[in-house]
Amino acid sequence: MSDVPVPHLVTGMRRETADTVSLTLTPAGQEALEPFAPGQFAMVYAFGVGEIPVSVSRVGRRELVHTIRSVGAVSAALCALRPGSQVGLRGPFGTGWELERAAGQDIVAVTGGIGLAPLRPLVLAARAAHRAYGRLNLLVGSRTFEDLLYADQVRAWAESHGPLLCRATVDRPSPGWWGHVGLVTTLLNSARFVPENTTAYVCGPEVMIRATARDLLHRGVRADRIRVSLERNMRCATGHCGHCQLGGVLMCRDGPVIGWDRAASLLMVREL
Amino acid sequence: MTNNPATGVLDRDGLSALIEVLAAQGRTVIGPTVRDGAIVLAEIGSADDLPFGWGSEVEAGRYRLVPRADGAVFAHTAGPQSWKTFLHPQREKLWSAERTPDGALSVTEDDPEQTSYAFLGVRPCDLRAITIQDRVLAGGRYPDRGYRERRTGAFLIAAECTEPGATCFCVSMGGGPAVDGSGFDLALTEVLDQGGHRFLVRVGSEAGRDALDGVPHAPADAETEYAARAAVDAARDRMGRAMPPVDLRTLMGESLEADRWDDVAARCLTCGNCTMVCPTCFCTTTEEVTDLTGDHAERWLRWDSCFDVAFSHLHGGPVRASARSRYRQWLTHKLSTWYEQFGSSGCVGCGRCVTWCPVGIDITEEAAALHDERAGRLRHEKQKETQR
Repeated sequence: MSDVPVPHLVTGMRRETADTVSLTLTPAGQEALEPFAPGQFAMVYAFGVGEIPVSVSRVGRRELVHTIRSVGAVSAALCALRPGSQVGLRGPFGTGWELERAAGQDIVAVTGGIGLAPLRPLVLAARAAHRAYGRLNLLVGSRTFEDLLYADQVRAWAESHGPLLCRATVDRPSPGWWGHVGLVTTLLNSARFVPENTTAYVCGPEVMIRATARDLLHRGVRADRIRVSLERNMRCATGHCGHCQLGGVLMCRDGPVIGWDRAASLLMVREL
Repeated sequence: MTNNPATGVLDRDGLSALIEVLAAQGRTVIGPTVRDGAIVLAEIGSADDLPFGWGSEVEAGRYRLVPRADGAVFAHTAGPQSWKTFLHPQREKLWSAERTPDGALSVTEDDPEQTSYAFLGVRPCDLRAITIQDRVLAGGRYPDRGYRERRTGAFLIAAECTEPGATCFCVSMGGGPAVDGSGFDLALTEVLDQGGHRFLVRVGSEAGRDALDGVPHAPADAETEYAARAAVDAARDRMGRAMPPVDLRTLMGESLEADRWDDVAARCLTCGNCTMVCPTCFCTTTEEVTDLTGDHAERWLRWDSCFDVAFSHLHGGPVRASARSRYRQWLTHKLSTWYEQFGSSGCVGCGRCVTWCPVGIDITEEAAALHDERAGRLRHEKQKETQR
């Protein structure tokens, strides 16, 4: 459904960090949305306040999970919802990560802050079908331990000896922190991948995306195989409102996930 | 003019009869009128509402209506509005939502009565602008339902240009004063000579033929056809302005860091007038409106402008804070990135943005300055190369 929000019931609410919650949303009536691919987004409507674009952070059979950080009027209203409340959803919109194109290759997923949320469904899907891929790496960056999303899951992944190599780092350590300290790009040294046969997925603040893509390129990963998810203001998600332009890219239609071959020159121009 | 054989000649009474026929079909007929010292597009009931005897004098940042002794009706240039005012209105309700006491949500898509329009006097530049907005708003994966319905039902009567203004540059944007090909129902060419004041009519669609059949008209004669063609041909050579004859798409793409943006930013008030008067600018924002009970909410769409600092808002602040970046966004989108997004330029050369800019910023002059700057840059690089 692209025109009108479809009512969804909040069936689960989990506080992830001080300013971030995950909402589990289930269709309130008969009407449901088309299935979401990892990396795609929905327009999430807080009644009487407005709509914002949010990538899916988990895709269930009927339910969707959106992880939302409270930074503005709409996200604050959404973060204040409790189970039993209803929201509206439009979608799915935009390009996905397109994990299927990485078949047979090593995978490096690099996240910064809330950027872990849009990449979680990709990591879960790759892990579940790990025989289809080479080595799987997840490198998680966060400002502090307290800001780390899905902290229990990330720690479990980091400590497991399964198919997924997971490393986490924070900018500023606090008591109890079990991982690395430093920028997320430093974790690339401990990741296991053959650059010429690697697809990378990067999501986080733009400055982190730029630094990560630069280092991946330097190691020899092909630009078109570095897939990044970008953020711009979106009002409609259907390509009509003009807000989400980045040069020739209409982010809601041509993004949010685009290849570094296209993104690089656009992100190098200030205030584009 | 070759694709559509001339089929008739109308006089002023014939024009009135045509308006009546279209109104009798249940259409709201919109045409140019004189109001508040400008040509304003408004509902008309007869030819008497049209601006007979009015012309316009335009320059960068200047617009004046002037009386014309010859009584011509289509000798004025574009006013501040374009047809997007009707096809893509400034405000539109999208949906209503209700919340019941138990918190359940229901959303109803707004289904307003769609007006069936007839537009009289659509200039060739504006005809092109309509086809450009068709691609933007109705051509993609998610057609704008309201736009598509208004557009499908609209009857278009084009008026060829015989009196281009000083800010017109349609020819240099690949258009021209003539109506060619399709995309209209009827096309008029005003002729004023010893033979009288009359309008050559060509038919562009079945609906156009039906409408013309209901109106008293004379068969087209060679003399009227010749005079019409001569007037339009002459207009082609009298454009007041021209874009630099270069590939504007490449020019913009290679000028993102040009110094000229600082120069224009020092003059630009970022008022957004150019985006409001532009016949292709389509950007909108949404507003959430609630009533006092808080249980009824509405979603409204309204025009927005890339010159508004909030346009590019992200948490943490706007992406485009400086005037330089906002003017650059407008110009590069219009002349360059529009191709990537919608397969054509976003500029038709109507000149409105030049005329209605309060400080007279001229899009053709800015493009020329960017071209000069780039040419200088390339020369400099070449010199350095040969010295090496």
